[in-house]
Amino acid sequence: MTTLPSIILRTAVRWISPLLLLFSLFLLLRGHHEPGGGFSGGLIASTAFALFTFGHGLETARRILRVSPPTLVVAGITLALVSGSLAFLAHKTFLTGLWIAIPLVGDTRVELGTPLLFDVGVYLTVIGATLTMLFEFAKE
Amino acid sequence: MELLVTLPLLIPLALSLALFAARRHRRASRIIAIAGATILLTVAAALLVVTHDGIQVVAIGEWPAPYGIVLVADLFSAAILLVCALVSWATIVYATGWMDAERERTGFYPLVFALLLGVNGAFLTGDLFNLYVWFEVMLMASFVLLVLGTEKGQVEGGIKYVSLNLLASTFFLSATGILYGIAGTLNFAHLSSVLAYVDPQILNIVAVLLGIAFGIKAAVFPLFFWLPASYHTPPVPVSALFAGLLTKVGVYALIRVFTLLFVHDPGWTHTLLLFCAALTMLTGVLGALAQHDVRRILSFHIVSQIGYMIFGLALYTPLGLASSVFYLIHHIVVKTNLFLLSGLVERTFGTGSLDRLGGLFRTHAWLGVLFLVPAFSLAGVPPLSGFLAKLLVIRAGLAAQAYLATAVAVLVGLFTLLSMLKIWNEAFWKARPDHSMILHDTGRFPARLVVPIVVLASVTILLGIAGEPLLALSSRAAAQLLDPAAYQAAVLGTVTVQAINGGV
Amino acid sequence: MELLFALMVGTLYGCSLYLLLRRSIVKLAVGLILLGNGANLLIFSAGGLIRGRPPLVPEGATTVPAPYADPLPQALILTAIVISFGVLVFAVALIYRTYRALSTDDLDDLTTTDRLGEVTEAAHRPLVPIATITQSADDGR
Repeated sequence: MTTLPSIILRTAVRWISPLLLLFSLFLLLRGHHEPGGGFSGGLIASTAFALFTFGHGLETARRILRVSPPTLVVAGITLALVSGSLAFLAHKTFLTGLWIAIPLVGDTRVELGTPLLFDVGVYLTVIGATLTMLFEFAKE
Repeated sequence: MELLVTLPLLIPLALSLALFAARRHRRASRIIAIAGATILLTVAAALLVVTHDGIQVVAIGEWPAPYGIVLVADLFSAAILLVCALVSWATIVYATGWMDAERERTGFYPLVFALLLGVNGAFLTGDLFNLYVWFEVMLMASFVLLVLGTEKGQVEGGIKYVSLNLLASTFFLSATGILYGIAGTLNFAHLSSVLAYVDPQILNIVAVLLGIAFGIKAAVFPLFFWLPASYHTPPVPVSALFAGLLTKVGVYALIRVFTLLFVHDPGWTHTLLLFCAALTMLTGVLGALAQHDVRRILSFHIVSQIGYMIFGLALYTPLGLASSVFYLIHHIVVKTNLFLLSGLVERTFGTGSLDRLGGLFRTHAWLGVLFLVPAFSLAGVPPLSGFLAKLLVIRAGLAAQAYLATAVAVLVGLFTLLSMLKIWNEAFWKARPDHSMILHDTGRFPARLVVPIVVLASVTILLGIAGEPLLALSSRAAAQLLDPAAYQAAVLGTVTVQAINGGV
Repeated sequence: MELLFALMVGTLYGCSLYLLLRRSIVKLAVGLILLGNGANLLIFSAGGLIRGRPPLVPEGATTVPAPYADPLPQALILTAIVISFGVLVFAVALIYRTYRALSTDDLDDLTTTDRLGEVTEAAHRPLVPIATITQSADDGR
């Protein structure tokens, strides 16, 4: 029995969850130079799904997530592994950061690098791992 | 070169992911697993060859030591890595012929490679905290492997294994914290150069804390109780893998820290280890004599054999350490093989209980012969690898004038022979008891179950007859272990080592 | 401040030791959790306590001004928390399954794997098919 019979929670979750997901993305992207990152972002994102589980039940949360949590874990670790291995292409050591700068209008540029990819991997892994545990316990 | 040091980590990780993705396809999983294990074995062999030229160091992400994370491969770690890759290859091949469909589908192969990732990481890391992380990776994988399949004994064994290993991890973590507080670094090379300036009294405390942590993982007396309670519960390939690898990682860690870090007061720390070693040998073998189940007897023998490895370390002489390295390598091969063989016995009779076994030599003569190779090797009968290993340990003990402990070692060798003969007499020689039933009477097993055993048995014989290269390797590895300055120079290179006195 | 932390760590270790020595499996788990927290606090205080100075480079500067908190213990603790969290979730699942299988919370009743004699069959008897952790994790769509 995981669904709480609370109309307030059910309504609030519909509004809060998207905001939490947006906030988690913000944290993820902010993470490289300032506090934040894939780990905290992932935790926030999994909170969104956790709230859904409590408010609307396990099946709804699973349907909204679309992929199974273990798949997310595997995808995340694969992404991290790939981001680390990209350094081999540049004849550098495993996990060495590689950066490319994409110029935008005027002086502003966007710097993209393998650490960001790694962070996305962490993000997915954390969501996957947390939700695997949560869904497992929610079944009982 | 750098790639070669990283590959033993990348290959198991990639394989684990691939096998998880392919877990529903049994055939594909098996092919990937065997191919992956073969590649890992090749890479480990190449790494050992490269390490002959000197200690290999890789700074991950090109952050220099002591600030970044380093992977270090010296002769000792490369040799253990190779032999672990060999037994895991054998176990994986064996498992493809053993595991039931349910366990294969629920992620047996990905977990095995996750375990190998942790094991290889522990061998290669050059940093105390990373060692902790790799230990946890290994433990996580082993927890799940241990209880995969839901048998009653597995759950019980799981509780004992999990709680005691968690306790060990906390000890490890506490020791790491205190060490960071007093030394301000966790890099092995940096620590070993800094610890000379630290108060030896505090160091003794940290040494004992780490000794307890690794002692639980290595199943040293008086911390071994979880091992015989849990190792016989999972399926045979899992038992074999655990027997070959897990406790040996604990021994590796003990050898690493007690040759590189805590050498300030060998009269105290290493004497303590000597006591533990002698008692470990004795209690392990006495426990084995009381048992009536093949895999339980073998589990207790793991404990007793760990004593020999710690004995060599406790002597802290070149010969002693060489004997430890030799013993470690010999033991990993032999013990895994014995567990794999016990699986064939259990499969024939549907039980491993000695009361219900008998007459195996009449129906499966070749199995008896195959059993005698690792069994006699374990007991130290020439010309097998165990003879050389025991001879080295005893010679080292006599040379270091540790007569009492050496006498224990000799005595334990006799008891080991006794308990191997017990298995032989009960399972192979005596007439089959009336109430036993043979499940598998044709005398033929699939090749995937037999080939790994034959390969490991031939390695045992080879190491016994032509032990010279391994002996030379062990001596060189021991010399390297006794020379922390070389390790420091290899890892820290030109970085000036600043002595940090007291706290941060 | 250091004294307070030291006392806190000591209390946590003491409480957890007490719980670990109890016979109840649940108390064993709680003891392990407390012990993990104690170890984390120990690392934190062993690294030195500096208040209100995060190790962040301010806007426009290139280095962090002199007294700043050591970031490494925090990184270590974060890693340790994540690991112990994962392990403990597993342990709790295992305890739950043990309870379902043996209907007991008493550690002294867990003797199947230690007794001598004819217990091997008992140890290898399959339980009532409760889905294993990975198994059920797999079929989660």
